[in-house]
Amino acid sequence: MSKLKNILFVLIFSIIVLNSSNSAEKSPPFLETKWTFKGLFGKFDRASLQRGYQVYTEVCASCHSMKYLTYRNLAEKGGPEFSEAEAKAIAASFEVTDGPDSTGEMFVRPAKLSDKFVMPYANEQEAKAANGGAYPPDMSVLVKARKGGADYIYSLLLGYSEPPEGIELDDGVYYNKYMYGNKIKMPAPLSDDLIEYTDGTKATAEQMSKDVTNFLMWSAEPHLEQRHKTGFRVIAYLIILTVLVYFTMKKIWSRVESKV
Amino acid sequence: MSDHEYTPSSKFGKWFNDRLPLLTLANHLTDYPTPKNLNYWWTFGGILTFCLITQIVTGLVLAMHYIAHADMAFSSVEHIMRDVNYGWLLRYVHANGASMFFLAVYIHIFRSLFYGSYKSPREIIWILGIIIYLLMMAAAFMGYVLPWGQMSFWGATVITNLFSAIPLVGESITTWLWGGYSVDNPTLTRFFTLHYLIPFLILGLVVLHIWALHVPGNNNPVGIDIKKPSKDTVPFHPYIVIKDAFALLMFCIVFALFVFYQPNILGHADNYIEADPLVTPAHIVPEWYLLPFYAILRSVPDKLMGVVAMLSAILILAALPWLDTSKVRSAVFRPLFRQFYWILVADVLILGYVGAMPAEGLYLLIARVATAYYFAHFLIILPVLGWKEKTTPLPLSITEPVLGGSPNLAAARSDEKIEKTIK
Repeated sequence: MSKLKNILFVLIFSIIVLNSSNSAEKSPPFLETKWTFKGLFGKFDRASLQRGYQVYTEVCASCHSMKYLTYRNLAEKGGPEFSEAEAKAIAASFEVTDGPDSTGEMFVRPAKLSDKFVMPYANEQEAKAANGGAYPPDMSVLVKARKGGADYIYSLLLGYSEPPEGIELDDGVYYNKYMYGNKIKMPAPLSDDLIEYTDGTKATAEQMSKDVTNFLMWSAEPHLEQRHKTGFRVIAYLIILTVLVYFTMKKIWSRVESKV
Repeated sequence: MSDHEYTPSSKFGKWFNDRLPLLTLANHLTDYPTPKNLNYWWTFGGILTFCLITQIVTGLVLAMHYIAHADMAFSSVEHIMRDVNYGWLLRYVHANGASMFFLAVYIHIFRSLFYGSYKSPREIIWILGIIIYLLMMAAAFMGYVLPWGQMSFWGATVITNLFSAIPLVGESITTWLWGGYSVDNPTLTRFFTLHYLIPFLILGLVVLHIWALHVPGNNNPVGIDIKKPSKDTVPFHPYIVIKDAFALLMFCIVFALFVFYQPNILGHADNYIEADPLVTPAHIVPEWYLLPFYAILRSVPDKLMGVVAMLSAILILAALPWLDTSKVRSAVFRPLFRQFYWILVADVLILGYVGAMPAEGLYLLIARVATAYYFAHFLIILPVLGWKEKTTPLPLSITEPVLGGSPNLAAARSDEKIEKTIK
């Protein structure tokens, strides 16, 4: 009886845990790839983050903003870790409007480390007008804003295909089997050799998808490495303390005839 | 409060204590006689106090960096996550802390249900607990609105719209709550204010909850009244303190696993999209701890009746001490009640599950059956069980053998063992 009850509970509980985040719509399982940032000691692949930034800035940035990032982030620990000189050079390649100056005029100057990433459009309306009415979402926290996270973004980038028979697509709408409802207004953004990596890596669509997803994961969780490192220490400390407290408790309770 | 007079040993201590008996209070808390057979389910009171303090401390620091404005709330949260020193840690502890708080409170409540801790003479403790639980839900709901993501905004819209179900004045009440004609900046600022206030109300109620507990003393797994102090009790310090500390540390390990390795798993991805009044998310779901009540709300076709059902589901708990007519507290000595208890646990889990699913087809049917059973448990099964059930003999004391039977002490320690003894 007791066993039966336990089994029943484990069953109900696991069904609930496994299913609770599933919505009614089923999408195909995500493409598999190995992420270095997963696991107890997960860290970013530095070279991949730097390449990912290159993909972002040369491809994605023409439509997608990253408004919560600043150029100094590119040189910070736990990120792509460009040297400060490199990050300064990257910033300087963008122009920002500053001001007003002492005469009351606005002026354009090269961006500095302290500036936010320059946005491709002045506002949401302009972005929509330029993209057939669809707003290219800001990419700063995009990985965390989609169910499936990095796996989803990676799969989506590689999930374009001709629509199966019977599905009619309007102009400017593309078929993607990982997209919610399978219809997406972004044309397939990556194709083999679209860009030339500065570090000589071959720019296949898979490689670029992986690199840019790594970069987006970092931009959504810039302190991920510190979090994993701190987490391991905190948990190790807690386990040691728990063991010590356990034996202290045993010792104290040995004075009374009762079990703990 | 204390059973005996306490005199501080030092002269200054005596002088101070005569004017403000803080030392008497400290002495009472140290010596407080506690049943020595309490199991680990009893450690969640201490764990909950820890949760409350954690939420208040992290919340205070977060409030120093957060900006309660519809245009800036979302980016101020990103500012906390990126630029504030250890901001990511504070926010993840606070967000997951809410979930851990509810996990602990559900264990605490279900412990009470199993061992009959709500029964005379502990009704006031129980009712104070229900009020705390209600305030916790209000605080958690408003806290979830503050990051001003899509789920924040639409969750707030759905829940505040429930008030419009009230006949005649519903619409005006909703407008009054919003501070406008939809969820907007005034709603956000007032939610922030209330979210800041409620934890301190909870803190006050927790003091009353503990005070009320210290009048009759703890219930225990056997559920019988015991003489205090006696050989059935141990002083709170160091026995219970060290045991609570051990359990709290175990709890903190689980807590830390969430915070450091899966900080977003309990949240909804849509809340990392900034609130947009023009785009409705595909599925609006509350946080996991509110799902059973959400399922009850949606299982009733009529909006007003749905709201009534949802509120009754919580308020019915306040009447529990009088709905349960059995004189025996602990489920250990109530073979039938024990079965129904586990069915209720399963029922609530099922309600939580269907609460996360779309309200249609089979899910809706399951939700309706589970809702009906939930109310039947409290309104029919418990009162009837009180007269009909044949309980097993109670022991005279925790340490002494059971009345007229074999020593049954070991049985009281674990549910599994007692089932073997019964067989």
